[in-house]
Amino acid sequence: MLVAQLQPLAASVFSLIAIASLLLAFVMLGSRWLNDYLIAFATESWLIAILSAAVGYYGHYPELYLIALLTALFRGLLLPYLMLRIVRRLHVDRELYERLSPSASLVVGALLVLFAFVVSSHLGQSLGLAGTVAVLALTVMLSMKLIGFLMLVVRGEALSQILGLLVLENGIFLGSQILVPGMPLLIELVILFDLLVVVACFGVLVRYLVVHTGTSSTHELRRLVG
Amino acid sequence: MIGGLLAVILLAPLAAALGCMLLRRPRAAEFLNLAAAIAVMLAVLRLLPLALSGPYTFWNSYLIVDPLAAWVLLSVASVYLLASIYAIGYMRAHKNAERLYRFYALFAGFALTTLSGPLMNNVGVYWIAIELTTLVSTFLVCFELDRESIEAAWKYIVVVSGGISLALLGIIFYYWGGSFHLGPTYDLTWSTLRNVAPQLNPTIALTAFLLVLIGFGTKVGLAPMHTWLPDAHSEAPAPVSAMLSGALLNTAMIGIARFIQVADAARLGSLPRVVVVAIGAFSLFIAALFITRQTGVKRLMAYSSVEHMGVITLGFGFGGPLGIAGALYHMLSHSLNKSLMFFGAGNAMQAYHSKRISRIHRVLSAMPIAGLLWLAGAVAITGAPPFGLFLSELTIMRAGLVGPNAWATFVMLALLIVIFVGFLNHFRAMYFGDNAAPELSHRAVPGKFHVSFWCLLPMWMALVPLLVLGLWWPQAISRYFTVIAAQLSSGGAP
Repeated sequence: MLVAQLQPLAASVFSLIAIASLLLAFVMLGSRWLNDYLIAFATESWLIAILSAAVGYYGHYPELYLIALLTALFRGLLLPYLMLRIVRRLHVDRELYERLSPSASLVVGALLVLFAFVVSSHLGQSLGLAGTVAVLALTVMLSMKLIGFLMLVVRGEALSQILGLLVLENGIFLGSQILVPGMPLLIELVILFDLLVVVACFGVLVRYLVVHTGTSSTHELRRLVG
Repeated sequence: MIGGLLAVILLAPLAAALGCMLLRRPRAAEFLNLAAAIAVMLAVLRLLPLALSGPYTFWNSYLIVDPLAAWVLLSVASVYLLASIYAIGYMRAHKNAERLYRFYALFAGFALTTLSGPLMNNVGVYWIAIELTTLVSTFLVCFELDRESIEAAWKYIVVVSGGISLALLGIIFYYWGGSFHLGPTYDLTWSTLRNVAPQLNPTIALTAFLLVLIGFGTKVGLAPMHTWLPDAHSEAPAPVSAMLSGALLNTAMIGIARFIQVADAARLGSLPRVVVVAIGAFSLFIAALFITRQTGVKRLMAYSSVEHMGVITLGFGFGGPLGIAGALYHMLSHSLNKSLMFFGAGNAMQAYHSKRISRIHRVLSAMPIAGLLWLAGAVAITGAPPFGLFLSELTIMRAGLVGPNAWATFVMLALLIVIFVGFLNHFRAMYFGDNAAPELSHRAVPGKFHVSFWCLLPMWMALVPLLVLGLWWPQAISRYFTVIAAQLSSGGAP
């Protein structure tokens, strides 16, 4: 178990990165500009890459350097670039159909973080890890998960929904780097590639959406009910 | 021997998909796909008796062949074969002839991902296989590229990807829990997970189980995570609907069955099974509500899938040899029967140019033989004797009555009766109704609709085994189920 024998410095670095990622999730939640989302997402991915490298360094998992490199390349550069292209092509730069205003969703997001904290401190206590960085990692992982779902619910623009899904996955990545750094390399690699495929599929779908419905807002998709 | 069969099962659809993309000819594509389906079916039939003495693992233990996986492969392969035959007749009437090769390439690719799911031994890789099925089938759902099908595809990919990411979280929790005992790096296979389960911290084991249940439950289409299912199943072309319903849902169900086993081994008390049973019963409830008031013929079939997945979940949730046998028998029967139903719905849609039940009338005079087969399928799918689903539902209820969750048996019985009445009432209206709708009265008797050989053959091929399974439960199948039940309860079932 890595978190049990961490140096104080490593623990603070991990905590700092985790908290910064959570803040970036809030940046996405509190803005209605798609460019802001993209920048926040890219920064978050870079933070996660740095976290992977740091965990690899302090925990002596050399394969995590590879993961860090790929994370930075895929999630930090390639995915934001692909999505930037979609944004440019669609000529939408802001969220038009939010079901909850950014300020209201910030409040809901804060409540979700509280909930995540209660759950993870309960888990941490039952494992005898209370007060360690593991609890923080769990909290951030669950919060980003919930914030991702919140974004899926309250945002109508197709692109924001893709980003919501990516935030979900970022949360899992961040948490798993701290909690299970030894998870087999193959799984992590395939999940990274898998994510690329997801975004490619979404790209194609968005194109269909625009060609055949004339809008990139999923707000218009409400014919199938009952 | 088994390795060779596995290679056939996985490589034949892959070769067909690549061949379709290379040749770009619709006729060649449809027969390539059909040839792959036949090869897969033969290989699976040969694999079944061999798998009985399993589990065997291959390729650095990334692949597993055990009786449960072989059984799910049987239902997937049957649906793949039936749907491939039907697709030839159905898609020829489709307007996009020049894109048809792409349909078959995707179709074979979808079959490949669906066939590989049950064979995955590593829990993380299993998750990836399930995620890949979503990505491939999304493009089959929106193949017709009209507004509704794009909406369905969008909902499908967003809801299922979101839901299944919860399953990934659950798997990471399992891995984390296991890392306290097995060290930081190990391979999380099904057997490792089952063996480490008794030592897992109960809080982690319970959280992880609930997360994977919700995650894979989304893919199975259990209520209340079923919202993508009626849209995707009703907007996809009929052969794809059959694959989604008869093949894909089972592939995700096998994961739930295996995680229930892990939860048993972790000794979490009665809670996991109560949750499983409650979700199953709730799916039946939601299905009953929407079946009785349904207006779309394919959505009717889709909600019937929610119902039957609920029944299978109840079977696995009740557990014991009877519950597991019932659930597995139900799985195969449902695969055959639901394919038959979607084929019938596809014929009706082509004959009446509408998905609305109120537009479809006097089916028997429009297509006598296909209509009769469809009607027989409708009787079968509501669980009436003498068809396979009657036997399996009865078995599951027998299992439920003796278990601790007997209340669910009564709920199940009541809802099955409601669904029986509601479902067949729609068929009464479509077959024998006098159609009070004024705009239809001028065409009292619809013209004859020619159902092609390719569309009729798979309907017979689905109905005949279904009838046989209802009248005669072969000894070999019983032995199969005994072995699977023993393996699934080896971690210590209640």
